Amino acid sequence: MRGSAILFSLLVAAAGAFPAAAAELIGDAERGRELFRQCSGCHEVGPGARNRIGPHLNGIFGRRAASVDGFFYSKALRRAGADGLVWHLDTLDAYIANPKVLVSGTRMSYRGMKNAEDRADLLAYLRQFSDNPRDIPEADPTAVRREVELAPDVLAIKGDPEYGEYLASECKTCHQASGRDDGIPSITMWPEEDFVIAMHAYKQKLRPHPVMQMIAERLSNEEIAALAAYFATLKEE
Amino acid sequence: MKLNRRTFIGASAAAASALAAPTVWGAAHGRPKVVVIGGGAGGATAARYIAKDSDGGIDVTLVEPTRKYYTCFFSNLYLGGFRDFESLGHTYGKLASDYGINVVHDWAVGVDRDARKVTLASGAVLDYDRLVISPGIDFVEGSVPGWDINAQNEMPHAYKAGSQTQLLKAQVENMREGGLFAMVAPPNPYRCPPGPYERVSMVAHVLKAKNPTAKILILDPKEKFSKQALFEEGWQKHYPGMIERIGPDFGGDKVEVRPDSMEVVIDGEVQKVDVCNVIPAQKAGRICELAGITDGRWAPVVPHTMQSRMDENIHVLGDASAQGDMPKSGFSANSQAKVCATAVRGALTGSKVFPAKFSNTCWSLVATDDGIKVGATYEATDEKIASTGGFVSQTGEDPELRKRTYEESLGWYAGITADMFG
Repeated sequence: MRGSAILFSLLVAAAGAFPAAAAELIGDAERGRELFRQCSGCHEVGPGARNRIGPHLNGIFGRRAASVDGFFYSKALRRAGADGLVWHLDTLDAYIANPKVLVSGTRMSYRGMKNAEDRADLLAYLRQFSDNPRDIPEADPTAVRREVELAPDVLAIKGDPEYGEYLASECKTCHQASGRDDGIPSITMWPEEDFVIAMHAYKQKLRPHPVMQMIAERLSNEEIAALAAYFATLKEE
Repeated sequence: MKLNRRTFIGASAAAASALAAPTVWGAAHGRPKVVVIGGGAGGATAARYIAKDSDGGIDVTLVEPTRKYYTCFFSNLYLGGFRDFESLGHTYGKLASDYGINVVHDWAVGVDRDARKVTLASGAVLDYDRLVISPGIDFVEGSVPGWDINAQNEMPHAYKAGSQTQLLKAQVENMREGGLFAMVAPPNPYRCPPGPYERVSMVAHVLKAKNPTAKILILDPKEKFSKQALFEEGWQKHYPGMIERIGPDFGGDKVEVRPDSMEVVIDGEVQKVDVCNVIPAQKAGRICELAGITDGRWAPVVPHTMQSRMDENIHVLGDASAQGDMPKSGFSANSQAKVCATAVRGALTGSKVFPAKFSNTCWSLVATDDGIKVGATYEATDEKIASTGGFVSQTGEDPELRKRTYEESLGWYAGITADMFG
């Protein structure tokens, strides 16, 4: 905590300087780029970043919580935004340390980054994508890592949401429909493509979790598409 | 989309014969009625899914004696001090208010299958078009010589969660220094295969902190048990020298108990004990016998729909059913309830019936942050629910992975209880 307070004062001191310099004062952005791999399953940042499982993170610094257009946030995060939560170095630091401590009920299924230096480096990296679009590097180091190569026709399958709803009843024994995460991640309102890619990654045993490998193994391409279609539209209950 | 539809032709054709009748019948009789007996992992889930997915099209009544239901799953964690008792308790308010289920707190004491009526202890009678029975287990009388239900205060079973669980915890915590905790383990098949051994782990966890010279003795009629290598590895690691197990080779199958003198007799040899947890042999909840749908101790079912093999208007879920390869667990009951719900809705309202899919995962806690799990998927065959593959935790796993497995079990508990109670 004391660490982040010092960092915060450094940032204040740097106000007015251009973002790269500000980032430098926060931490090691190069290292932060590596750490961002933990986030890139859900978030994009940089040129062309889009909303995925989580909202894009361009311009995150200074942005009010739950304010990216076109992203459907959890009730909890919308409430926090309405209550005045703004993403600054200190609030981001607290959120990344343990999302649910700051916003209980967030759908962000991330256990938290415990090490203060790691968080500082990560935030230094993210800082580069705020304030001034001209400073966003042209390279594309942050595109979501594709875990699995899927034939276009598999990705193009249009799922049957009614079948998906029935199949999803199996998922809901563990994954809460509300999107609450008490130890098992939320899959509510994932974009269809991310869902399909994740399930095929389990099916092909590229993702390691034994329960998910077991469940995915017997799902057909059509069944995965059906599940994706259902969960993408599931509203918080 | 078109592939989907084709895949389902088989299932729809199977359901078609069921569809014709209810349409006619529905018009004549108004809303079809479903009665669910038992508000646990099978019954509560089935009631909720039938009510939710039929959008008020089916009149659902849930009969459950207790106003607050304490889950048997995770009750071992309460014994170990990892959860408080109230965290295991769930009420039926949301099932009534959010899903329109009539929740009746009463005992079902009779089923008239010809007239399709359930009689309650209060004398009330409920009509049904489909009956779902998910009563859990009862104990086989005389399976442990010397023990009957009247001895449950001296030697608790604690295998239905509630006051028995609290009693056993109090006995463990107040056991004399250096005392002996004995468990009479049940023969197969029984509720929650890893349950007795997770319980031993939790008792050992408490004793290690409070009463480290105490010992634990397991008297076991079975050669082998669920997750055996994982439990034995954990016991050696966390509780060395504390736990002894006597299997059938050494008389673990020839055990008599004397609740008055707090003794167990193992193949003729008398052993004084301080706390004794007797988990008797088990059978389907008594209402199954009363309904006449048992064959031996359990109620056999058709795997595709969970319908009783004795009566197509009755579905049996969870521990009480004889279905094949699935373990008797809350997870299994919850999984079977969803297959049952889609079959019941299809039969009564003509909704699309999808092919049965079942799965189960059982997490167990061995010590603080040392979680293990076993799981499998299943399919319906004409003969039985058959296993199609599975996994089990490995011995020698990284402590970080074990911790994550434990945390995952907490997530599962929150998930399944939300899935049951809304």
